[in-house]
Amino acid sequence: MRTARTVAEVMAQSQAGDVLDELDRELVGLAPVKARIRDIAALLVIDRLRMNQGLQAQTPSLHMSFTGNPGTGKTTVALRMAQILHRLGYIRKGHLVAVTRDDLVGQYVGHTAPKTREVLKKAMGGVLFIDEAYYLYRPDNERDYGQEAIEILMQVMENHRDDLVVILAGYGDRMETFFQSNPGMRSRIAHHLEFPDFAEGELLRIAEMMLEQQNYRFGPGAREAFQEYLARRIRQPQFANARSVRNALDRARLRQASRLFANPDKELTVDDLSTIESPDIRASRVFDPGAAATPNN
Amino acid sequence: MMTNPTGRLTQGQFSFLPDLTDAEITLQIEYGLKKGYAWAVEYTDDPHPRNTYWEMFGMPMFDLSDAAGVMMELKSCRSTFPQHYIRLVAFDSTRGVETIVMSFIVNRPAVEPGFGLVRQETNGRTMRYTIRGYEAERAEGERYRR
Repeated sequence: MRTARTVAEVMAQSQAGDVLDELDRELVGLAPVKARIRDIAALLVIDRLRMNQGLQAQTPSLHMSFTGNPGTGKTTVALRMAQILHRLGYIRKGHLVAVTRDDLVGQYVGHTAPKTREVLKKAMGGVLFIDEAYYLYRPDNERDYGQEAIEILMQVMENHRDDLVVILAGYGDRMETFFQSNPGMRSRIAHHLEFPDFAEGELLRIAEMMLEQQNYRFGPGAREAFQEYLARRIRQPQFANARSVRNALDRARLRQASRLFANPDKELTVDDLSTIESPDIRASRVFDPGAAATPNN
Repeated sequence: MMTNPTGRLTQGQFSFLPDLTDAEITLQIEYGLKKGYAWAVEYTDDPHPRNTYWEMFGMPMFDLSDAAGVMMELKSCRSTFPQHYIRLVAFDSTRGVETIVMSFIVNRPAVEPGFGLVRQETNGRTMRYTIRGYEAERAEGERYRR
């Protein structure tokens, strides 16, 4: 293979373009996040070209923090990020190790360090995704073992920059307090990506894509019903963006199933089995004016 | 010298070759990981050939995907025991195999005096032979310090 001299050649050799296109196609919205990912990809491609020409190409620090409300696609993007970085040759293996506080912090003195190191060793060559990272730091308990895990984490983030990429994820405001109390952590993270909430139209498109993946579709009027459902649901408490959409669709599928179940003698066609009708959605409690306060239905 | 012809301990793989560099060790680890082996770091200052079980440096490392994790552990073992013998062993957990399948020395003391032959006279003119490491005369932890 000829050493690449153009951006197109690097993209073709690494097939990173495919992942970027896939990201564009399969993830709705998230414009600022996608823009930042493209920037990072561009930097890595140019670095590769510089290396081919014999110029210094210092491996950039790619530790990231993903902040955003629940269901805005942090984990999904992290998975894609691992693929992209792998294709661009930044990380060697491209796997994602997703952990939470429980996987890093031990129960007693001397338990935390081996536990954290074990997780780090597993993540080497790939991406370590720490969900709800702010739980690592408990300001109310100064003897909490979380601090130890943070220290080991920071040390490895610094010394093994070309071996693994650490992504911290969590809700915006709590991550902010976490970074304020751990300034060392903030300075070691180069990319702070903020995940915006989805707009109503985007949520509708997400719903359609989810249904399509499961071989379902909206029947006549059902799409409008779901749009109306979203408009009401967004205003209710504990709305979790794409996650709420998935749950709503799961419940609609339940109702569709029991609707079909009620007619045991009817011969069911492919159409019957794959169509979510408007009543399946309108039966939701969100449409019930008396129960507007309970979000779970 | 009969008992120590190369002036070096020869146990496990690659032990007649010059010491592997870190890059070469990484390649060996990578090979093992591709085969699905679990690597472990072990150390000792009593390398008698019959001393099969060396001290474990931490737990065996299961579910790793990259050699960097093993190298991290190896480096911390080297800084803890710079004058000990350190070896990497690979465990194959395949049912029916379930044993160590690779093992090689990755760290050795600066000077390796080797082993002396011990003769014991028993009944009649019978001689019994055994070997004893010169460094083994001293207490554990005191060996290979010079």
